[in-house]
Order: sequence, then C-alpha cells, then structure tokens
Amino acid sequence: MNEKRLYSYTGIFNTPNEIIHAAKKIAEKGFKNYDIHTPYPLHGMEKAMKLKPSKIGYVSLVLGLSGAISAILTLFWMAAIDYKLVIGGKPFFSFPAYIPITFEITVLSASVITVLVMLFIFFKLPNNSHPLHATDYMKKVSSDKYGVSIQADDPLFNEEEVKSLLKSLNASDITPIYFNEEEINYKHVLLEPKFVGFLVLVALFTSATTYFTLNKLMYMVPFNWMDEQAKVIPQQPSKIFADGFGMRQPVNGTVARGQIPFLYKNNPDEAAKDLVNPLLPSVENLKLGEQKFNIYCSPCHGYHAEGDSRLQGQFPNPPSLHSEKVRNWSDGRIFYVITEGQNIMPSYATQLTPEERWAVILYIRALQRSLNAKESDLK
Amino acid sequence: MSVVDYSQELSVIEGRPPLRSIDELISKPLDSKPDKKFYIALSITLTMLITGVICLAFTFYYGIGLWGNNNPVGWGFAIINFVFWVGIGHAGTLISAILFLLRQKWRTGIARFAEGMTIFAVMTAGLFPLIHVGRPWLAGYLFPYPNQHSLWPNFISPLLWDVFAVSTYFTVSLVFWYVGLIPDLAVLRERAKTKIKKIVYSIFSLGWRFSNRHWQHYERVYLILAGFATPLVLSVHTIVSFDFAVSILPGWHSTIFPPYFVAGAVFSGFAMVQNVLIFVRKIFNYEHIITVDTLEKMNKIMLVTGSMVGYAYIMEFFIAWYSGVPTETFTFINRAFGPYMWAYWIMFSCNVIFPQLFWIRKIRRNIPAMFVIAVLVNVGMWFERFVIVITSLSRDFLPSSWAYYKPTLVDLGILLGSFGFFFTWILLFTKALPVVSIAEVKAVIDGSQPSHEAD
Repeated sequence: MNEKRLYSYTGIFNTPNEIIHAAKKIAEKGFKNYDIHTPYPLHGMEKAMKLKPSKIGYVSLVLGLSGAISAILTLFWMAAIDYKLVIGGKPFFSFPAYIPITFEITVLSASVITVLVMLFIFFKLPNNSHPLHATDYMKKVSSDKYGVSIQADDPLFNEEEVKSLLKSLNASDITPIYFNEEEINYKHVLLEPKFVGFLVLVALFTSATTYFTLNKLMYMVPFNWMDEQAKVIPQQPSKIFADGFGMRQPVNGTVARGQIPFLYKNNPDEAAKDLVNPLLPSVENLKLGEQKFNIYCSPCHGYHAEGDSRLQGQFPNPPSLHSEKVRNWSDGRIFYVITEGQNIMPSYATQLTPEERWAVILYIRALQRSLNAKESDLK
Repeated sequence: MSVVDYSQELSVIEGRPPLRSIDELISKPLDSKPDKKFYIALSITLTMLITGVICLAFTFYYGIGLWGNNNPVGWGFAIINFVFWVGIGHAGTLISAILFLLRQKWRTGIARFAEGMTIFAVMTAGLFPLIHVGRPWLAGYLFPYPNQHSLWPNFISPLLWDVFAVSTYFTVSLVFWYVGLIPDLAVLRERAKTKIKKIVYSIFSLGWRFSNRHWQHYERVYLILAGFATPLVLSVHTIVSFDFAVSILPGWHSTIFPPYFVAGAVFSGFAMVQNVLIFVRKIFNYEHIITVDTLEKMNKIMLVTGSMVGYAYIMEFFIAWYSGVPTETFTFINRAFGPYMWAYWIMFSCNVIFPQLFWIRKIRRNIPAMFVIAVLVNVGMWFERFVIVITSLSRDFLPSSWAYYKPTLVDLGILLGSFGFFFTWILLFTKALPVVSIAEVKAVIDGSQPSHEAD
C-alpha cells in the first residue's frame, strides 16, 4: 500500500527571467503535464507556457445572466402574481424600481459563484494531499524561488532526459517527488458520494433544528404587550373602587377650564345680590342679545317682551317684562331666571352661554327702557 | 522647486528588499505574541464596545424611546451612523477594485488592509438597520423568504434595496478579500512552526500550490471580481442615497444625491484608511512598503473627492434657488443659518476648507498634518450625514410640525460603541491575518517581473 511512486522531477530557479526561459524551452520540447510554481503571478507566463486563455470569463457571464433573469422572474412572481400590493398606485411589475435589486443579485451570483467554480471545479481545491505538498520545493516556491515540476505521467517523460534538460536550463535542487497510493487514488473529496451524502444530512439536520428552534422552541408571541396590559376600559366595572365604577367622577369642587360655576341654585335672592352684568351695552352686545332674544325668548314673551306670545294661545302666555316688578329686578335676578327657569319656563342654560344670557339681559333692559323712557332720554 | 518626471514610473516599494524579507516582515505580527500596547489598545476599544452594548441592551429592553428621536425627526443617529459606516467601507473596494482596474500599483501595499476595513465597516453599518427597527428579532421579515404569513417585502421601497445592496456588498467584499488571502495563507502555511497553525492555515489556504496553471485563472477571476465590484461600490452608496432622494422631503428630494453620496463615501473612507494606516505602518515597520508616496496619493484622492463634495454643497444651494421652490430654498437657508448652523459649519469647514490644504505638497507629505486633516474629514463627513438627516426632518413643509432634535446619552453611547466594534475588529485583524498582501507586494518590487529582453 505504501509503495512510493515517482510523481515528478522538480527544479528551482532564482530569477524571473530564468524561469520564463525555462518554461519556454519546456513547452517547446512538447511537454504537456508540467507546471511552473511562482510565489506571485509572472507577466507573460501563459504565453511562455503556451496556455490557452482562461475560459472562466464565460462562466461568470452565464452566471451573471442567469442571476439577472432569475431575479427578475422571482420579483415578478412575488410582487405581480403571488402577493399583489398596491403601493402608491404603481403597477405591480414596476420594472425601474426592480433594477437595483436585479443588479445586486446579478453581481452577487456572478462574482461569488465564479469564485466557487474556480476554486472547486477549475482548481479541484481543497486538496491538501497533493504530492507537492509538505515538500522543500513548496517551501521555496512559496517564498522567493521559482520552480518547475515535470510530471512522470507525461508521454515524453524519461527520467534521465528530464534531469539533463533541467540541468541544461541551469536549475538547482533537481529533486524527484514521490507519492504513495493514497495520493494516487486521491479523488476530489467534494464529489465523493459519502461526502455529498454527509452534506445532505447536515443540510437536513440544520434546517430541521433551525426550524424547530426558531418556530417551536424560541417561538415568541407577536408584540402584544399593549393589548395585554392592565387597564380599565370605559364603562366597564372595576373592583378597585368602592362604587364598582371603572370611570371616575370628577373630584368635588372641580371646575372645568374657562367655566364660571353657577352657585345660586334655588337661591334667587343671593343671585340678585351678587351677580353683575359683565357686558357693556355696546352695539355688538345688543345685536347679539336681540338675536338670541328673538330666537329663544320671543316665542312666548313676544318680540317686544310684552307677554304677547307668538304661539296664538297654544301655550300659556307669560306676564309682561315691562311690569314694575321686572323692571326693578337686578340683572342677576333675571340671569337666575334664564339659567334656572321659573314656573313653567324651563332652564335655558344649555341653549345660551352665560355671555349670551347677559347679552339677552342687556336687550331686555333696552326694551324696557323703550316703553318707559325717562325725561333725560328725550334730549 | 523640484520637478517631478511623470513619464518615469516610480517604484512602489522603497529599495529592493529580498522577497524572503517580505514574508518575514509581513508575517512578523502573526508569529509573535501580542505585546502590552496591543492589550492596552484592545482594552480601550472593548470598553467602547461594551458601552455601546449596554446602551443597546437598554434600547432593546425599554424601546427606542431612549433615543432622541421625536415627532418630525423620526430618523436619528441610527441612520446617520449607518450611512457613515457604509461610506467608510467604500475606500476599501475603491482601492481593491477601481484602482486595480486602473493599474495603480501603489494600491498593493494598502489594498488588503482597506478591504479588511471595508468588511468591518459594513458589519458595523449593518448593525444600525437592525437596531433602528426597534425590534431587531423581527428584522428577518426584510428578507424575501417564504414565511408563515406568505408575505413578500415591498420591492418598491428603497429601504429594501438597502438590504440587498448592503448584504451583496458585504458578501462580495468578503469573497474578494478571501480570494486575495488564499496565496498569503499558503505562504503562512509553509512558514508555520506550530501544529495548530499549520492545520488552520492548511484548511483556509485550501491546498493552494502557487501553480501557474492556477495563477492564470486566478488573475482573470480577480479582474472579473474587480469589474463587478466597481459598479457595485458605486451602486451601494447610490442606493443608500435613494433612501433620501426617493422621498419628497425638501433637501432630500434631489438627483445630485447619488454622485454626491458616492464622492462623500470615498472621501470619508480614504480618511479612515489614512488614519489607521499611519499607525499600522509605524507599529509594524511597514514604512518602505506603505511609503509616503502612497499616503500622498491617498491625500490627492481625498483632495479630489473633497472638492467634489464641496461642489455638491454649493450646487445644492444653487439648485434650491434656481428651482424656485420656496420650501427647498428655505431648507438650505435654514441649514446654513438656522438652529443647526453649528453642525453645518463644522461640516463645511472640515470637508471643504481643510482638505484644500492638500494642494500644498509639504502638507500632503507631512504625516502629522495629514493625520489631523483625515480626522477632521471623518468628523466632517459624520456631520454631513447629521446635517442631511436632521435639518431636513426637523423643519419640513409645515411650521406647525417643527421640532428641535437633540441626541440622548444612549445615542452617543451607541455611536461610541460602533467605533469600539470597528476598531476591535481592526485590532484582531492585525494579529490574525497579514495586513499587507504578500503576493501582490512581491509582484511589484523592482526586478520581480521578467524583463522580456529575449522577446
């Protein structure tokens, strides 16, 4: 099993010019199975070795085109067939918007797969059991020397001839490289059925465990913390409060912003004493008062507050507002009546804002004055 | 005044060091145990990182109410930091892809490091879209996968384009970086003294054997990758700018955004690379690999992109006036003279005025001066994103919905944490992988290529 067999004869050169010259000579002799090893690529070596230009560009052309086509087809299928979304009224297959992603996929497939093809199919790497590995020859050509290796499986190979050829080219360190059976029978590990089967098993195992871990083990409830928080929904009962209501009444004495509370319920005298009309009898205020009086008061009190209802007896008529009694009432007393109502007159608090009530009072005063003008008014 | 002869190609690496010494120099930090200074630096960055982690934990526990975001300003630090960090990443791809296509040999010394920074910056940036959604465990819904609700994301949203752009950018950058690393890992494998190192490097170098039959395809693939990464780097920040430009907010709804954002990204990215490289070349004695010439060339790129950014600032004002849209005009006057004028003028001076000092050759080649200017550029570019996001949101169409945005301590903690995250990765990177590409540097040393005299 461990029988050593000759792989190649190697020679070492010291300068780039020498190795180019040697490569030319070896190629001219007609050798096919030989190789030049240099620590970095040398200009003009492919010409000297009479190698055909690399065909790998076609590989990446094909890969790039197929990447572009498959990207467009996938995008088309996803956005125009499988799950249509109307976005800004644009067409489902809006090609200009797909260009960026198509371009990226093209570059991705062309460049990454080209490299993989080069490494694994063109070079048949990884291969750490090549006969040249772990030799002094490899140590030298990796650093600062230029080497040539003529393989024993070349049809022109003849041990003595090759040795003298290398010698005539001024090569130093002419050494044979041997290899054993294992290395002869080396097959690309990536293509072995065992290895491929192993990869398939690994793929199945990782996808199964990933699926299990992500979807079962680590399953996270979608973001619903706001739904589940402790809270009282309006008009729902609550056990926290003694009265069992979820919604709370305002604290006693709470005053809404911008409101003046009416504190004179069932207390007209107090209202008459305390409340003063805040409005001046200006044209606007009188106009407002007239308008509101005509809307809300005139149906019963009449346009001139004489108690002559417009309702033609369908409703009891109120007394005239021109009576001595009403004329002597303070503004606050009238305000109380409008706010709270009197006898069968209901409260007008919801129809008239406090300001409008005071405006109505101004208008009533004006009406009273018109039927009961003083001497001084005539001047 | 000295006259530079531009017809003659200057050598990238100073002197003519033997190839073996390159191996030794670059792998030295990997062979030796980290020293005291490394642990001090690491403890500083980890403290920053932990501050950020604590602030994030608070954010996730209590919600993003801990941030300064308010009613009109719904986008705060998270988006600012996202755009800032994505921008930092762009220098790496620019150096490794665009400069590679332009056959700029001086990129070799700094490409690996800048690519590493790209990856870490994009990682840092990627955190912010995750955290700004508030419930990061649901961020998976941004990806189109067949979920239980059989819902697909809205492909017409620029925020979804971001998801694709940033994840593609990260993946391609990582692949690009790894492809470049394979030959260097093989060098390390050959040099490894301990068994564990040997095994680890063997696994990651995939059995690379420096074969010229491989180099041929390898170089072609590197060229193809650079060709793909070039439009990619332009597209990523263009798409990030779409987040803003596709909206109708005054100050955002603008076609100048894509080129302006890309220029700004390259600008800030180069400044960050410059800042970190100045330390790296000093600490690891890479002065003759990362030469002052290289730093000067980076300064020139900063000068160009900084001037482009300045042009964009001025052009925004012109368009605001020329468009005749009153809200647009107001937004720009408000930016420069409104409540955020302090941020605007920090941005303007750091991004437009100070980099203009690079016109002077002495400053361009003076390391302390370029360090200070690069720091200012980073500050200015962070404020640029701040100005764009905050001023437009805080005062839009309706004065009734205006509000002043103030970041909270949690916001600042997360910003600090992002820097800690980034620099922790950088520190670990310098100790785990060769920060300069061994194979690429060897290939550009004088005399390392055949002279083709015989041809």
